[in-house]
Amino acid sequence: MGSDIMIETTGLTKKYKNQTAVDHLSFKVKKGQIFGFLGPNGAGKTTTILMLLGLSRPSAGDARVCNLDPLRRPRDVKCLVGYLPENGGFYGDLDAVQSLEYVASLNGIQKHRASEKTHELLELVGLSGEKRKKVSAFSRGMKQRLGFAEVLIKDPKILFLDEPTLGLDPDGALRLMELIESLNRDRDITVLLSSHNLHQVQKISHSVGIMINGRMVAEGSIASLAEEKFGVGEKEYTLEEVYMKYFREV
Amino acid sequence: MRGLCAVYRKELCDHFSSYRFIVLFALIAMVSFITSYMAGMHLRENLGGLSRTKFPFLMLFSTPGALFSMVQFVAFFGPLIGLVLGFDSINRERAHGTLIKLISQPIYRDAVINGKFLAAVATISIMLISIVLVISGFGLAIVGVVPGIDEIWRLLIYLVISIFYISFWLGVSMLFSIFFRNIATSALASVALWIFLSFFVSLGADVVANAVAPVGNQREIRPEILVKNARVKDMVSLCSPMVLYSNATATIIDPMRKTTRSITLMGPAEQILASRFQNPLRLGQSVIVVFPYMTALIALTLVCFAISYFVFMLQEIRT
Repeated sequence: MGSDIMIETTGLTKKYKNQTAVDHLSFKVKKGQIFGFLGPNGAGKTTTILMLLGLSRPSAGDARVCNLDPLRRPRDVKCLVGYLPENGGFYGDLDAVQSLEYVASLNGIQKHRASEKTHELLELVGLSGEKRKKVSAFSRGMKQRLGFAEVLIKDPKILFLDEPTLGLDPDGALRLMELIESLNRDRDITVLLSSHNLHQVQKISHSVGIMINGRMVAEGSIASLAEEKFGVGEKEYTLEEVYMKYFREV
Repeated sequence: MRGLCAVYRKELCDHFSSYRFIVLFALIAMVSFITSYMAGMHLRENLGGLSRTKFPFLMLFSTPGALFSMVQFVAFFGPLIGLVLGFDSINRERAHGTLIKLISQPIYRDAVINGKFLAAVATISIMLISIVLVISGFGLAIVGVVPGIDEIWRLLIYLVISIFYISFWLGVSMLFSIFFRNIATSALASVALWIFLSFFVSLGADVVANAVAPVGNQREIRPEILVKNARVKDMVSLCSPMVLYSNATATIIDPMRKTTRSITLMGPAEQILASRFQNPLRLGQSVIVVFPYMTALIALTLVCFAISYFVFMLQEIRT
């Protein structure tokens, strides 16, 4: 069943000079799942993602992405994984098409194929009307959608989304979430979704993990976590209630 | 390779379309026009009566007209090109949040720094080559002499040394752009280092030399003290890349010069040779004279880039 697991960490640890950002983290994400990666600010979520991408060297422990070691084969991992960083930036002097084509060239996609895909993806994220507009003139929501298109141009198997809905208006956030859900459904893309918007995470994720102070304090489906904390009952608990319960206990 | 090519193309594109490049290029082109024009007029006046002059073509570059020659100009202000092209190369990407995106693409991390460095070196090369070609054409029109094959070789060697010299400063500013997160800090730091190494080291050389071997206040000066003073001064001033560069190009661009040493440091036989034989040095001999300086300059450039490379590769990408 090894091929079924897309992301796996065992005892993953990252220490900076005098603090431990990630502390013996072990979790698994199955293929085709949307995994809600939750936790307060500074819990170590972004650090974990960077280690999964091979961009940061773990102090101890082991990570596997698609059965590849991101430390040894970072390029292969980065071919398979699309990463949308929190506060990711753009080259303001390029327009939407140029930005996408630059990312395509970094991914080694042939030129004619790249322009084909560029237009296809701009259509998908709803930016086909702003193709030739400079990115510096984009609104936050448009930038986020462009970032999404940049991530999708390499046909990833896995998406790491770090706060994709941060600062978006309610409508924009909703549409982005729907897009994530449809990508997961139609293209069978596994998604690691880090977000503070618990309501939306609850709607689309198959399972969640709650990370506090570098440790994964809970992992599983929302129903099973609720059961663990509140016992079996008729009442259906929201993710927010479950999360707050865990958060207060730590 | 594909990552390197993509970054290289993007950076080259950025350089050529940036205002700062256009302004800098306009400035340098203007100054070199003026200096070559002055040198040309000067040459026409002074060489008019002579039946046979040696290397009149190279004198276009080395004759100070009213203020300074083209060669001196590059020595003084060439570093600015390197600094301007490199001071924000890495920390701008970091500040805009594009660095993390860039390296999360399937490229090797060194493709980023290599691509940026090579693109800037290519920009510098295009700039210098075009300026030298413009001056050459201009000079042909004013002076009316055709360069010999020897002079063309000398110009080529001069170009290579100059490109390395400016690339050294590019490497310095890139190193600062990796070290300092703030763009203004890295700009100021690189300019400060440039001013220190280019202008203050030669002042400092005098001070150090006079402290080690004082000349001037005794009634009679012993020759060995004088020699020691000159030696120390030479040694200290070699810390400045500008002096290194001036020495490296000295006999290349001016074949009548036979040594980079000052008259105090020449042995008696050398002085006699210098005064008796008025013929220019052959190209091979000129290269041999300045070879140590050339190698040192090239090594300095490579070391500087290597340091930035390692710092960048080992740095945590987390901002």
